[in-house]
Amino acid sequence: MEVGLDIILNATWETLYMVSVALFFGSIIGIFLGITLVVTRKGHILENKIIFSILNPIVNIFRSIPFIILLVAIIPFTRLIVGTSIGTSAAIVPLVLHIGPYFSRLVENSLLEVDEGIIEAAKAMGATPLQIIRRFLLPEAFASLILSVTTVTISLVGATAMAGAVGGGGLGDVAITYGYQRFDSLTILVTVILLVAFVQVLQSIGNTFERKIRRV
Amino acid sequence: MIQFHDVSKLFTGKNKEVVALKNVDLTINEGDIFGVIGFSGAGKSTLLRLVNLLERPTSGEVLVNGENLAALSKKQLRTAQKKIGMIFQHFHLLNSKTVFDNVAMPLLLSNVKKSEIEKRVKETLEFVGLSEKVDSYPDQLSGGQKQRVGIARALVTNPSVLLCDEATSALDPQTTISILNLLKKVNAAYNITILMITHEMEVIKEICNRVAVMEEGEVVETGTVLDVFTNPQTKTTYNFVKSIIRDGIPKYVYKDLASEEYKGRVFQFKFLGVSSGKPVISQIAKQFNVEVNVLLANVIELGDIPFGNLLLELTGSQHEMERALQFAADQEVMMKEVTKDGSRIRYYPKRNLGNVVHG
Repeated sequence: MEVGLDIILNATWETLYMVSVALFFGSIIGIFLGITLVVTRKGHILENKIIFSILNPIVNIFRSIPFIILLVAIIPFTRLIVGTSIGTSAAIVPLVLHIGPYFSRLVENSLLEVDEGIIEAAKAMGATPLQIIRRFLLPEAFASLILSVTTVTISLVGATAMAGAVGGGGLGDVAITYGYQRFDSLTILVTVILLVAFVQVLQSIGNTFERKIRRV
Repeated sequence: MIQFHDVSKLFTGKNKEVVALKNVDLTINEGDIFGVIGFSGAGKSTLLRLVNLLERPTSGEVLVNGENLAALSKKQLRTAQKKIGMIFQHFHLLNSKTVFDNVAMPLLLSNVKKSEIEKRVKETLEFVGLSEKVDSYPDQLSGGQKQRVGIARALVTNPSVLLCDEATSALDPQTTISILNLLKKVNAAYNITILMITHEMEVIKEICNRVAVMEEGEVVETGTVLDVFTNPQTKTTYNFVKSIIRDGIPKYVYKDLASEEYKGRVFQFKFLGVSSGKPVISQIAKQFNVEVNVLLANVIELGDIPFGNLLLELTGSQHEMERALQFAADQEVMMKEVTKDGSRIRYYPKRNLGNVVHG
Protein backbone atom coordinates (compact mmCIF):
# COMPACT_ATOMS: atom_id res chain seq x y z
CA MET A 1 0.00 0.00 0.00
CA GLU A 2 1.48 3.32 -1.07
CA VAL A 3 -0.42 5.48 1.39
CA GLY A 4 0.49 5.67 5.03
CA LEU A 5 -1.73 5.35 8.02
CA ASP A 6 -1.62 9.11 8.55
CA ILE A 7 -3.27 9.72 5.18
CA ILE A 8 -5.99 7.19 5.91
CA LEU A 9 -6.64 8.66 9.36
CA ASN A 10 -6.70 12.16 8.00
CA ALA A 11 -9.11 11.12 5.25
CA THR A 12 -11.34 9.41 7.79
CA TRP A 13 -11.45 12.56 9.82
CA GLU A 14 -12.28 14.61 6.70
CA THR A 15 -15.11 12.27 5.83
CA LEU A 16 -16.50 12.47 9.37
CA TYR A 17 -16.21 16.24 9.31
CA MET A 18 -17.99 16.63 5.97
CA VAL A 19 -20.72 14.17 6.88
CA SER A 20 -21.49 15.67 10.28
CA VAL A 21 -21.44 19.33 9.27
CA ALA A 22 -23.42 18.69 6.07
CA LEU A 23 -25.85 16.54 8.04
CA PHE A 24 -26.39 19.29 10.60
CA PHE A 25 -27.23 22.00 8.08
CA GLY A 26 -28.90 19.59 5.68
CA SER A 27 -31.22 18.39 8.45
CA ILE A 28 -32.25 21.92 9.35
CA ILE A 29 -33.10 22.66 5.72
CA GLY A 30 -34.66 19.23 5.21
CA ILE A 31 -36.88 19.32 8.28
CA PHE A 32 -37.99 22.87 7.59
CA LEU A 33 -38.69 22.15 3.90
CA GLY A 34 -40.31 18.80 4.66
CA ILE A 35 -42.69 20.26 7.24
CA THR A 36 -43.55 23.13 4.89
CA LEU A 37 -44.22 20.72 2.04
CA VAL A 38 -46.62 18.78 4.26
CA VAL A 39 -48.56 21.54 5.98
CA THR A 40 -49.02 23.72 2.90
CA ARG A 41 -50.44 20.97 0.74
CA LYS A 42 -54.12 20.87 -0.15
CA GLY A 43 -56.39 20.25 2.81
CA HIS A 44 -53.62 20.45 5.40
CA ILE A 45 -53.38 22.74 8.41
CA LEU A 46 -51.68 25.65 6.63
CA GLU A 47 -52.82 25.02 3.08
CA ASN A 48 -51.01 27.46 0.80
CA LYS A 49 -51.05 26.79 -2.91
CA ILE A 50 -48.43 29.42 -3.76
CA ILE A 51 -45.78 28.26 -1.29
CA PHE A 52 -46.37 24.61 -2.11
CA SER A 53 -46.22 25.06 -5.86
CA ILE A 54 -42.98 27.03 -5.60
CA LEU A 55 -41.19 24.72 -3.15
CA ASN A 56 -42.26 21.44 -4.67
CA PRO A 57 -40.54 21.93 -8.08
CA ILE A 58 -37.46 23.49 -6.45
CA VAL A 59 -37.00 20.36 -4.36
CA ASN A 60 -37.48 18.24 -7.47
CA ILE A 61 -34.86 20.21 -9.39
CA PHE A 62 -32.25 19.75 -6.67
CA ARG A 63 -33.16 16.09 -6.37
CA SER A 64 -32.66 15.52 -10.08
CA ILE A 65 -29.24 17.16 -10.50
CA PRO A 66 -26.46 14.54 -10.15
CA PHE A 67 -24.24 15.46 -7.22
CA ILE A 68 -21.05 15.64 -9.27
CA ILE A 69 -22.70 18.27 -11.52
CA LEU A 70 -24.14 20.20 -8.58
CA LEU A 71 -20.69 20.25 -7.02
CA VAL A 72 -19.18 22.26 -9.87
CA ALA A 73 -22.31 24.12 -10.96
CA ILE A 74 -22.66 26.04 -7.72
CA ILE A 75 -18.98 26.99 -7.34
CA PRO A 76 -19.77 30.75 -7.41
CA PHE A 77 -22.35 30.27 -4.68
CA THR A 78 -19.93 28.18 -2.64
CA ARG A 79 -17.33 30.92 -2.91
CA LEU A 80 -19.89 33.42 -1.71
CA ILE A 81 -20.72 31.35 1.37
CA VAL A 82 -17.35 29.99 2.57
CA GLY A 83 -15.00 32.31 0.67
CA THR A 84 -13.31 29.52 -1.29
CA SER A 85 -14.34 26.95 -3.86
CA ILE A 86 -11.82 24.24 -2.98
CA GLY A 87 -11.14 22.21 0.11
CA THR A 88 -13.16 20.29 2.64
CA SER A 89 -15.26 23.22 3.80
CA ALA A 90 -16.07 24.14 0.23
CA ALA A 91 -17.36 20.63 -0.37
CA ILE A 92 -19.83 21.02 2.47
CA VAL A 93 -21.93 23.66 0.69
CA PRO A 94 -22.94 21.44 -2.25
CA LEU A 95 -23.34 18.51 0.14
CA VAL A 96 -25.89 20.50 2.13
CA LEU A 97 -27.76 21.57 -1.01
CA HIS A 98 -27.72 17.97 -2.20
CA ILE A 99 -28.89 16.38 1.02
CA GLY A 100 -31.35 19.04 2.25
CA PRO A 101 -33.96 18.55 -0.49
CA TYR A 102 -33.47 14.77 -0.35
CA PHE A 103 -34.06 14.80 3.38
CA SER A 104 -37.10 17.04 2.95
CA ARG A 105 -38.78 14.34 0.84
CA LEU A 106 -38.09 11.75 3.53
CA VAL A 107 -39.44 14.07 6.23
CA GLU A 108 -42.49 14.69 4.06
CA ASN A 109 -43.10 10.94 3.74
CA SER A 110 -42.68 10.38 7.48
CA LEU A 111 -45.09 13.17 8.39
CA LEU A 112 -47.68 12.07 5.85
CA GLU A 113 -47.68 8.64 7.48
CA VAL A 114 -49.13 10.14 10.66
CA ASP A 115 -52.79 9.23 10.94
CA GLU A 116 -55.01 12.10 9.81
CA GLY A 117 -57.27 11.40 12.75
CA ILE A 118 -54.51 12.61 15.09
CA ILE A 119 -54.60 15.97 13.34
CA GLU A 120 -58.37 16.05 13.57
CA ALA A 121 -58.16 15.34 17.30
CA ALA A 122 -55.58 18.11 17.65
CA LYS A 123 -57.82 20.58 15.83
CA ALA A 124 -60.76 19.59 17.99
CA MET A 125 -58.64 20.40 21.05
CA GLY A 126 -58.08 23.90 19.69
CA ALA A 127 -54.38 23.41 18.94
CA THR A 128 -52.60 26.07 16.88
CA PRO A 129 -50.86 24.96 13.66
CA LEU A 130 -47.47 25.25 15.35
CA GLN A 131 -48.71 23.17 18.27
CA ILE A 132 -50.03 20.56 15.86
CA ILE A 133 -46.61 20.31 14.22
CA ARG A 134 -44.65 20.30 17.46
CA ARG A 135 -46.92 18.32 19.78
CA PHE A 136 -48.59 15.92 17.37
CA LEU A 137 -46.93 15.50 13.96
CA LEU A 138 -43.25 15.44 14.95
CA PRO A 139 -43.59 13.16 18.03
CA GLU A 140 -45.76 10.70 16.12
CA ALA A 141 -43.33 10.62 13.19
CA PHE A 142 -40.20 10.55 15.36
CA ALA A 143 -39.28 6.89 14.92
CA SER A 144 -39.71 7.15 11.19
CA LEU A 145 -37.68 10.38 11.14
CA ILE A 146 -34.79 8.64 12.87
CA LEU A 147 -34.68 6.09 10.07
CA SER A 148 -34.76 8.93 7.56
CA VAL A 149 -31.79 10.59 9.24
CA THR A 150 -29.94 7.29 9.04
CA THR A 151 -30.65 6.96 5.33
CA VAL A 152 -29.59 10.54 4.71
CA THR A 153 -26.35 10.09 6.66
CA ILE A 154 -25.46 7.03 4.64
CA SER A 155 -26.19 8.89 1.40
CA LEU A 156 -23.88 11.63 2.63
CA VAL A 157 -21.07 9.14 3.18
CA GLY A 158 -21.46 8.12 -0.47
CA ALA A 159 -21.64 11.70 -1.70
CA THR A 160 -18.46 12.73 0.12
CA ALA A 161 -16.52 10.36 -2.12
CA MET A 162 -17.17 12.76 -4.95
CA ALA A 163 -16.02 15.74 -2.93
CA GLY A 164 -12.51 14.96 -4.17
CA ALA A 165 -13.47 16.77 -7.37
CA VAL A 166 -13.20 20.05 -5.51
CA GLY A 167 -10.32 18.96 -3.31
CA GLY A 168 -12.58 18.05 -0.46
CA GLY A 169 -10.54 15.08 0.63
CA GLY A 170 -12.04 12.21 2.55
CA LEU A 171 -11.90 8.43 2.16
CA GLY A 172 -13.47 8.38 -1.29
CA ASP A 173 -10.94 10.85 -2.52
CA VAL A 174 -8.09 8.70 -1.25
CA ALA A 175 -9.58 5.67 -2.99
CA ILE A 176 -9.68 7.48 -6.31
CA THR A 177 -6.45 9.48 -6.28
CA TYR A 178 -4.20 6.95 -4.57
CA GLY A 179 -5.99 3.73 -5.34
CA TYR A 180 -7.66 4.03 -8.74
CA GLN A 181 -5.38 6.49 -10.45
CA ARG A 182 -2.18 4.81 -9.21
CA PHE A 183 -3.43 1.24 -9.63
CA ASP A 184 -3.12 0.52 -5.90
CA SER A 185 -5.82 -2.06 -5.23
CA LEU A 186 -4.93 -2.42 -1.60
CA THR A 187 -5.69 1.26 -0.90
CA ILE A 188 -9.04 0.89 -2.62
CA LEU A 189 -9.76 -2.19 -0.54
CA VAL A 190 -8.85 -0.52 2.75
CA THR A 191 -10.88 2.62 2.09
CA VAL A 192 -13.87 0.63 0.86
CA ILE A 193 -13.74 -1.57 3.97
CA LEU A 194 -13.66 1.56 6.11
CA LEU A 195 -16.64 3.03 4.24
CA VAL A 196 -18.60 -0.21 4.58
CA ALA A 197 -17.86 -0.29 8.31
CA PHE A 198 -19.01 3.31 8.53
CA VAL A 199 -22.32 2.55 6.90
CA GLN A 200 -22.88 -0.58 8.98
CA VAL A 201 -22.30 1.26 12.21
CA LEU A 202 -24.55 4.14 11.19
CA GLN A 203 -27.37 1.83 10.16
CA SER A 204 -27.18 -0.16 13.40
CA ILE A 205 -27.23 3.01 15.49
CA GLY A 206 -30.24 4.25 13.51
CA ASN A 207 -32.09 0.96 13.89
CA THR A 208 -31.36 0.76 17.60
CA PHE A 209 -32.67 4.25 18.21
CA GLU A 210 -35.75 3.65 16.11
CA ARG A 211 -36.56 0.43 18.00
CA LYS A 212 -36.07 2.16 21.28
CA ILE A 213 -38.47 4.92 20.33
CA ARG A 214 -41.03 2.45 19.03
CA ARG A 215 -40.55 0.42 22.20
CA VAL A 216 -40.11 -2.96 20.46
CA MET B 1 -77.26 23.66 24.44
CA ILE B 2 -76.57 23.18 20.75
CA GLN B 3 -78.83 24.70 18.11
CA PHE B 4 -78.81 24.15 14.37
CA HIS B 5 -80.69 26.84 12.46
CA ASP B 6 -81.41 25.95 8.85
CA VAL B 7 -77.91 24.54 8.40
CA SER B 8 -76.72 23.30 5.02
CA LYS B 9 -73.33 22.00 4.03
CA LEU B 10 -72.06 21.55 0.51
CA PHE B 11 -68.82 19.86 -0.43
CA THR B 12 -67.47 21.10 -3.72
CA GLY B 13 -65.49 18.48 -5.55
CA LYS B 14 -63.76 18.74 -8.91
CA ASN B 15 -66.79 18.31 -11.11
CA LYS B 16 -69.62 17.87 -8.71
CA GLU B 17 -71.15 19.26 -5.60
CA VAL B 18 -72.20 17.00 -2.81
CA VAL B 19 -74.92 18.13 -0.47
CA ALA B 20 -73.96 16.71 2.90
CA LEU B 21 -76.62 18.52 4.93
CA LYS B 22 -79.89 20.05 3.83
CA ASN B 23 -81.70 22.67 5.96
CA VAL B 24 -81.12 21.01 9.28
CA ASP B 25 -83.01 22.44 12.24
CA LEU B 26 -82.22 20.78 15.53
CA THR B 27 -82.01 21.70 19.18
CA ILE B 28 -80.02 19.72 21.69
CA ASN B 29 -80.87 20.79 25.20
CA GLU B 30 -78.45 21.18 28.04
CA GLY B 31 -77.90 17.86 29.78
CA ASP B 32 -79.29 15.83 26.90
CA ILE B 33 -77.73 12.64 25.70
CA PHE B 34 -78.76 13.19 22.14
CA GLY B 35 -78.27 10.49 19.55
CA VAL B 36 -78.10 10.98 15.82
CA ILE B 37 -78.60 7.79 13.88
CA GLY B 38 -78.35 7.17 10.18
CA PHE B 39 -76.69 4.94 7.61
CA SER B 40 -73.21 5.88 6.42
CA GLY B 41 -73.37 8.83 4.08
CA ALA B 42 -76.44 10.24 5.78
CA GLY B 43 -74.49 13.32 6.87
CA LYS B 44 -74.35 12.63 10.58
CA SER B 45 -70.57 12.88 10.72
CA THR B 46 -70.69 16.28 9.03
CA LEU B 47 -73.39 17.36 11.45
CA LEU B 48 -71.15 16.52 14.40
CA ARG B 49 -68.13 18.31 12.93
CA LEU B 50 -70.12 21.49 12.48
CA VAL B 51 -70.50 21.78 16.23
CA ASN B 52 -66.79 22.28 16.96
CA LEU B 53 -66.22 23.81 13.55
CA LEU B 54 -64.01 21.09 12.14
CA GLU B 55 -66.33 21.83 9.21
CA ARG B 56 -67.88 25.19 8.46
CA PRO B 57 -71.55 25.41 7.51
CA THR B 58 -72.22 26.60 3.97
CA SER B 59 -75.35 28.36 5.18
CA GLY B 60 -77.31 28.65 8.38
CA GLU B 61 -75.79 28.80 11.82
CA VAL B 62 -74.77 26.45 14.60
CA LEU B 63 -74.93 27.84 18.12
CA VAL B 64 -73.16 26.23 21.06
CA ASN B 65 -74.45 27.69 24.31
CA GLY B 66 -75.76 30.61 22.26
CA GLU B 67 -72.42 31.30 20.60
CA ASN B 68 -71.89 31.08 16.86
CA LEU B 69 -68.41 29.61 16.52
CA ALA B 70 -68.23 30.45 12.83
CA ALA B 71 -68.31 34.16 13.68
CA LEU B 72 -65.33 34.02 16.05
CA SER B 73 -61.72 34.95 15.32
CA LYS B 74 -59.24 32.11 15.05
CA LYS B 75 -58.00 32.70 18.57
CA GLN B 76 -61.48 32.92 20.07
CA LEU B 77 -62.44 29.81 18.14
CA ARG B 78 -59.59 27.81 19.67
CA THR B 79 -60.70 28.91 23.13
CA ALA B 80 -64.27 27.87 22.34
CA GLN B 81 -63.09 24.51 20.97
CA LYS B 82 -61.41 23.79 24.28
CA LYS B 83 -64.85 23.80 25.87
CA ILE B 84 -66.08 21.12 23.46
CA GLY B 85 -64.68 17.64 24.01
CA MET B 86 -64.62 15.06 21.24
CA ILE B 87 -64.05 11.33 21.12
CA PHE B 88 -63.56 9.20 18.05
CA GLN B 89 -64.29 5.75 16.70
CA HIS B 90 -60.59 5.01 16.32
CA PHE B 91 -59.60 6.95 19.46
CA HIS B 92 -56.88 9.03 17.73
CA LEU B 93 -54.46 8.83 20.63
CA LEU B 94 -50.78 9.65 20.29
CA ASN B 95 -48.97 6.32 20.23
CA SER B 96 -45.69 7.99 21.08
CA LYS B 97 -47.04 9.31 24.38
CA THR B 98 -48.07 7.66 27.63
CA VAL B 99 -51.66 7.66 28.84
CA PHE B 100 -50.75 10.52 31.18
CA ASP B 101 -49.26 12.63 28.39
CA ASN B 102 -52.20 11.93 26.11
CA VAL B 103 -54.69 13.09 28.69
CA ALA B 104 -52.49 16.05 29.64
CA MET B 105 -52.24 17.23 26.04
CA PRO B 106 -55.25 19.61 25.94
CA LEU B 107 -54.00 21.29 29.14
CA LEU B 108 -50.46 21.48 27.80
CA LEU B 109 -51.80 23.32 24.75
CA SER B 110 -53.33 25.90 27.07
CA ASN B 111 -50.08 26.32 29.01
CA VAL B 112 -51.63 25.15 32.25
CA LYS B 113 -49.24 24.90 35.20
CA LYS B 114 -47.48 21.57 35.63
CA SER B 115 -48.81 20.89 39.13
CA GLU B 116 -52.34 21.73 37.98
CA ILE B 117 -51.98 19.40 34.97
CA GLU B 118 -50.83 16.57 37.20
CA LYS B 119 -53.81 17.04 39.51
CA ARG B 120 -56.41 17.28 36.74
CA VAL B 121 -55.04 14.32 34.77
CA LYS B 122 -54.98 12.08 37.84
CA GLU B 123 -58.54 13.09 38.77
CA THR B 124 -59.84 12.48 35.29
CA LEU B 125 -58.08 9.14 34.92
CA GLU B 126 -59.54 8.07 38.22
CA PHE B 127 -63.00 9.07 37.00
CA VAL B 128 -62.69 6.90 33.90
CA GLY B 129 -61.19 4.04 35.94
CA LEU B 130 -57.71 3.98 34.43
CA SER B 131 -55.55 5.20 37.30
CA GLU B 132 -53.25 2.21 37.17
CA LYS B 133 -52.55 2.66 33.44
CA VAL B 134 -51.13 6.15 33.78
CA ASP B 135 -47.68 5.19 32.49
CA SER B 136 -48.82 2.75 29.80
CA TYR B 137 -48.72 3.48 26.12
CA PRO B 138 -51.87 3.28 23.98
CA ASP B 139 -50.67 0.18 22.12
CA GLN B 140 -50.54 -1.67 25.44
CA LEU B 141 -54.24 -1.03 26.05
CA SER B 142 -57.42 -2.76 24.90
CA GLY B 143 -59.93 -0.97 22.72
CA GLY B 144 -62.17 -0.14 25.64
CA GLN B 145 -59.26 1.21 27.67
CA LYS B 146 -58.16 3.33 24.71
CA GLN B 147 -61.61 4.84 24.50
CA ARG B 148 -61.48 5.56 28.23
CA VAL B 149 -58.27 7.47 27.63
CA GLY B 150 -60.04 9.29 24.80
CA ILE B 151 -62.88 10.20 27.15
CA ALA B 152 -60.45 11.34 29.84
CA ARG B 153 -58.64 13.49 27.28
CA ALA B 154 -61.94 15.04 26.24
CA LEU B 155 -63.01 15.68 29.84
CA VAL B 156 -59.78 17.08 31.22
CA THR B 157 -60.62 20.64 30.14
CA ASN B 158 -64.07 20.53 31.81
CA PRO B 159 -66.05 20.90 28.60
CA SER B 160 -69.75 21.74 28.51
CA VAL B 161 -70.36 19.57 25.46
CA LEU B 162 -69.02 16.15 24.50
CA LEU B 163 -69.15 15.03 20.88
CA CYS B 164 -68.99 11.29 20.23
CA ASP B 165 -68.13 10.19 16.72
CA GLU B 166 -69.15 6.52 16.49
CA ALA B 167 -67.40 6.15 19.83
CA THR B 168 -68.33 2.50 20.32
CA SER B 169 -68.44 1.25 16.73
CA ALA B 170 -64.98 -0.28 16.94
CA LEU B 171 -65.71 -2.07 20.22
CA ASP B 172 -67.22 -5.44 21.06
CA PRO B 173 -70.73 -5.50 22.56
CA GLN B 174 -69.59 -5.93 26.16
CA THR B 175 -67.04 -3.12 25.97
CA THR B 176 -69.63 -0.98 24.22
CA ILE B 177 -71.92 -1.30 27.22
CA SER B 178 -69.16 -0.37 29.65
CA ILE B 179 -68.22 2.70 27.60
CA LEU B 180 -71.87 3.72 27.33
CA ASN B 181 -72.22 3.40 31.09
CA LEU B 182 -69.18 5.63 31.48
CA LEU B 183 -70.75 8.22 29.17
CA LYS B 184 -73.92 8.04 31.24
CA LYS B 185 -71.82 8.68 34.33
CA VAL B 186 -70.12 11.64 32.61
CA ASN B 187 -73.50 13.11 31.76
CA ALA B 188 -74.84 12.62 35.26
CA ALA B 189 -71.75 13.74 37.18
CA TYR B 190 -70.91 16.90 35.23
CA ASN B 191 -74.20 17.61 33.45
CA ILE B 192 -72.30 17.58 30.15
CA THR B 193 -74.45 17.68 27.05
CA ILE B 194 -73.57 14.67 24.92
CA LEU B 195 -74.14 14.59 21.18
CA MET B 196 -73.40 11.21 19.70
CA ILE B 197 -73.64 9.89 16.20
CA THR B 198 -73.91 6.22 15.53
CA HIS B 199 -75.34 3.64 13.19
CA GLU B 200 -76.01 1.28 16.07
CA MET B 201 -79.52 1.29 17.43
CA GLU B 202 -78.29 -0.45 20.59
CA VAL B 203 -76.33 2.65 21.53
CA ILE B 204 -79.32 4.97 21.18
CA LYS B 205 -81.51 2.54 23.06
CA GLU B 206 -79.02 2.21 25.89
CA ILE B 207 -78.30 5.80 26.86
CA CYS B 208 -79.95 8.46 24.72
CA ASN B 209 -82.97 10.42 25.87
CA ARG B 210 -83.57 12.09 22.53
CA VAL B 211 -82.81 11.00 19.03
CA ALA B 212 -82.71 12.33 15.49
CA VAL B 213 -82.84 10.08 12.45
CA MET B 214 -80.92 11.25 9.41
CA GLU B 215 -81.22 10.29 5.80
CA GLU B 216 -79.51 11.83 2.79
CA GLY B 217 -78.47 14.97 4.63
CA GLU B 218 -81.81 15.61 6.23
CA VAL B 219 -83.20 15.06 9.69
CA VAL B 220 -86.25 12.95 8.91
CA GLU B 221 -87.42 12.33 12.44
CA THR B 222 -86.66 13.69 15.86
CA GLY B 223 -88.11 13.28 19.32
CA THR B 224 -87.73 11.33 22.51
CA VAL B 225 -86.27 7.89 22.04
CA LEU B 226 -89.52 6.35 23.23
CA ASP B 227 -91.69 8.27 20.75
CA VAL B 228 -89.44 7.68 17.80
CA PHE B 229 -88.89 4.01 18.56
CA THR B 230 -92.41 3.02 19.35
CA ASN B 231 -94.01 4.95 16.57
CA PRO B 232 -91.63 5.29 13.65
CA GLN B 233 -92.88 7.59 10.90
CA THR B 234 -90.41 6.81 8.14
CA LYS B 235 -89.09 3.65 6.54
CA THR B 236 -85.52 4.41 7.64
CA THR B 237 -86.51 4.81 11.25
CA TYR B 238 -88.58 1.67 11.07
CA ASN B 239 -85.60 -0.26 9.75
CA PHE B 240 -83.41 0.95 12.59
CA VAL B 241 -86.06 0.18 15.15
CA LYS B 242 -86.49 -3.26 13.65
CA SER B 243 -82.83 -3.97 14.34
CA ILE B 244 -83.51 -3.96 18.07
CA ILE B 245 -87.23 -4.57 18.34
CA ARG B 246 -88.11 -7.60 16.35
CA ASP B 247 -91.70 -6.75 15.56
CA GLY B 248 -91.89 -8.38 12.17
CA ILE B 249 -94.56 -11.05 11.79
CA PRO B 250 -93.15 -14.56 11.25
CA LYS B 251 -94.15 -16.07 7.92
CA TYR B 252 -95.86 -19.10 9.45
CA VAL B 253 -98.43 -16.81 11.09
CA TYR B 254 -99.64 -15.66 7.69
CA LYS B 255 -99.64 -19.25 6.49
CA ASP B 256 -101.83 -20.28 9.43
CA LEU B 257 -104.17 -17.33 8.92
CA ALA B 258 -104.61 -18.19 5.27
CA SER B 259 -105.74 -21.76 5.98
CA GLU B 260 -109.48 -22.53 6.05
CA GLU B 261 -109.52 -24.41 9.35
CA TYR B 262 -107.77 -21.69 11.32
CA LYS B 263 -110.12 -20.43 14.03
CA GLY B 264 -108.02 -17.93 16.02
CA ARG B 265 -107.20 -14.30 15.52
CA VAL B 266 -103.69 -12.90 15.83
CA PHE B 267 -102.91 -9.61 17.52
CA GLN B 268 -99.78 -7.62 17.99
CA PHE B 269 -99.62 -6.05 21.47
CA LYS B 270 -97.21 -3.25 22.24
CA PHE B 271 -96.69 -2.40 25.88
CA LEU B 272 -95.21 0.90 26.83
CA GLY B 273 -93.71 1.94 30.09
CA VAL B 274 -95.49 0.68 33.18
CA SER B 275 -98.10 -1.44 31.41
CA SER B 276 -95.49 -3.97 30.39
CA GLY B 277 -94.93 -4.53 34.08
CA LYS B 278 -98.58 -5.42 34.60
CA PRO B 279 -99.71 -8.97 34.10
CA VAL B 280 -102.13 -8.07 31.28
CA ILE B 281 -101.82 -11.36 29.49
CA SER B 282 -102.50 -13.57 32.48
CA GLN B 283 -105.45 -11.39 33.46
CA ILE B 284 -106.94 -11.71 29.99
CA ALA B 285 -106.67 -15.46 30.24
CA LYS B 286 -108.19 -15.49 33.74
CA GLN B 287 -110.96 -12.93 33.42
CA PHE B 288 -112.28 -13.78 29.97
CA ASN B 289 -113.19 -16.96 28.29
CA VAL B 290 -110.44 -16.85 25.71
CA GLU B 291 -107.44 -18.99 24.97
CA VAL B 292 -104.19 -17.02 24.80
CA ASN B 293 -101.22 -18.37 22.95
CA VAL B 294 -97.97 -16.37 22.83
CA LEU B 295 -96.43 -16.66 19.37
CA LEU B 296 -93.61 -14.21 19.87
CA ALA B 297 -92.42 -12.05 22.76
CA ASN B 298 -89.82 -9.39 23.04
CA VAL B 299 -89.26 -6.92 25.87
CA ILE B 300 -86.49 -4.34 25.82
CA GLU B 301 -85.65 -1.25 27.77
CA LEU B 302 -85.62 2.13 26.05
CA GLY B 303 -83.68 4.28 28.42
CA ASP B 304 -85.32 3.29 31.69
CA ILE B 305 -88.70 2.52 30.19
CA PRO B 306 -89.61 -1.05 29.33
CA PHE B 307 -91.10 -1.66 25.93
CA GLY B 308 -92.71 -4.96 25.06
CA ASN B 309 -93.79 -6.44 21.81
CA LEU B 310 -95.97 -9.55 21.81
CA LEU B 311 -97.65 -11.55 19.14
CA LEU B 312 -100.70 -13.31 20.59
CA GLU B 313 -103.11 -15.81 19.17
CA LEU B 314 -106.58 -15.51 20.70
CA THR B 315 -109.31 -18.07 20.34
CA GLY B 316 -112.79 -17.86 21.80
CA SER B 317 -116.25 -16.42 21.15
CA GLN B 318 -116.58 -13.10 19.38
CA HIS B 319 -118.06 -11.43 22.46
CA GLU B 320 -115.42 -12.65 24.92
CA MET B 321 -112.67 -11.68 22.52
CA GLU B 322 -113.98 -8.11 22.19
CA ARG B 323 -114.21 -7.79 25.96
CA ALA B 324 -110.66 -9.06 26.36
CA LEU B 325 -109.38 -6.63 23.78
CA GLN B 326 -111.22 -3.78 25.41
CA PHE B 327 -109.63 -4.73 28.71
CA ALA B 328 -106.19 -4.69 27.13
CA ALA B 329 -106.87 -1.31 25.56
CA ASP B 330 -107.81 0.04 28.98
CA GLN B 331 -104.37 -1.01 30.20
CA GLU B 332 -102.92 1.25 27.51
CA VAL B 333 -101.70 -1.49 25.27
CA MET B 334 -101.31 -0.60 21.61
CA MET B 335 -102.95 -3.22 19.45
CA LYS B 336 -102.89 -4.23 15.86
CA GLU B 337 -104.67 -7.19 14.38
CA VAL B 338 -102.70 -9.30 11.98
CA THR B 339 -104.75 -10.37 8.98
CA LYS B 340 -103.75 -12.64 6.14
CA ASP B 341 -103.39 -9.74 3.70
CA GLY B 342 -101.13 -7.78 6.03
CA SER B 343 -101.56 -5.93 9.29
CA ARG B 344 -104.40 -3.57 9.76
CA ILE B 345 -104.42 -1.04 12.52
CA ARG B 346 -107.20 -1.32 15.01
CA TYR B 347 -107.46 1.13 17.84
CA TYR B 348 -109.68 0.39 20.76
CA PRO B 349 -111.67 3.12 22.49
CA LYS B 350 -110.33 4.47 25.74
CA ARG B 351 -111.79 3.58 29.10
CA ASN B 352 -114.64 6.10 29.36
CA LEU B 353 -115.98 5.28 25.93
CA GLY B 354 -115.52 1.58 26.63
CA ASN B 355 -117.70 1.91 29.70
CA VAL B 356 -120.48 3.34 27.58
CA VAL B 357 -120.31 0.57 25.02
CA HIS B 358 -120.29 -2.20 27.55
CA GLY B 359 -122.66 -0.51 29.95
